[in-house]
Amino acid sequence: MSKRAAPEVNAGSMADIAFLLLIFFLVTTTIEVDSGLNRKLPPIEETEPPIIKQKNIFTVLLNGNDQLLVEDEIMEVKDLREAAIAFLDNGGDGSCDFCKGKRDPESSDNPSKAIISLKNERETTYKTYIAVQNELVAAYNVLRNKRAEALYGKTFTEMEANVNDVNWPGNKERLKDQLEKIKLDYPQKLSEVQ
Amino acid sequence: MSKFKKKKEGGVPAVNTAALPDIVFMLLFFFMVATVMRQNTLKIENNLPFADQVEKLDKKDLVMYIYAGKPSDNYKQYGTQARIQLNDDFANVSDIASFIAAERASKREELVPFLTTALKVDGETNMGIVGDIKQELRKVNALKINYTTKKGSVTNQ
Repeated sequence: MSKRAAPEVNAGSMADIAFLLLIFFLVTTTIEVDSGLNRKLPPIEETEPPIIKQKNIFTVLLNGNDQLLVEDEIMEVKDLREAAIAFLDNGGDGSCDFCKGKRDPESSDNPSKAIISLKNERETTYKTYIAVQNELVAAYNVLRNKRAEALYGKTFTEMEANVNDVNWPGNKERLKDQLEKIKLDYPQKLSEVQ
Repeated sequence: MSKFKKKKEGGVPAVNTAALPDIVFMLLFFFMVATVMRQNTLKIENNLPFADQVEKLDKKDLVMYIYAGKPSDNYKQYGTQARIQLNDDFANVSDIASFIAAERASKREELVPFLTTALKVDGETNMGIVGDIKQELRKVNALKINYTTKKGSVTNQ
């Protein structure tokens, strides 16, 4: 009788075990990245608030019933973007040569002076607040996109995407300078009243 | 004379499946590496609102999450008012300061200025609690915040 070799372990079910693990990880995986509106809170400082002309302030008021009052007039959320753009791009004092607004002397002087003031009540629902925030950010983005298109032939959003893209071949330093310039032309001045 | 028996003619030979486990293991390792397990078990309803001007929140290790919303069905004993959740448990507004301090202590010192606070707040929550959270964050100088939203149009909610 020949020497008996150790019987080989049957590895046929290894694939099954691996599949089981694979399915577990497939189910638990969340690859998507969170996204949202980035904001910066003002630091707590006991400084005197600067005196700002009333015409340079765009007041947005959200009451407890989710109703919107913009510059003392009732408004729907869908009209807010247009109104904010008209206010920011007004260029009342003529110092802003790229503004395409009506140059109404009763509205904002120029984009760097224009301030949007958002006030909400404790009973306002969060989703309405986010909708309003979103529309106001959108107004700034529309104006910045237009400005970037006129200056560099690309939209602001595209340029920002390029800065964050590691594979983008162009000159990043120059692109950052260009972004800074547009941010200077249309600074995001969104103040929230506590 | 079986040694010299002719091979059977015709018939497709069986496909060799010995490499199948290898392929499956390869996939398995990919998903194991790519997996991010849910960090917190939510005790609240968390139906995020929609927005379309969103920016991505990458660098997950530099994000602190604050949740708020109504207690979910299993935790009805905590009432129907919106509550804050930090880590795995309900918390009060006054707990936020210590939560931020703990999060900062767990990160490398040079990364602390880059920390962002992500507010994952249910759409039906009142702004009062959000205002309280924001005020508390200002007190501890955690000024970079992100209102986490779902991507979509604001009007069709």
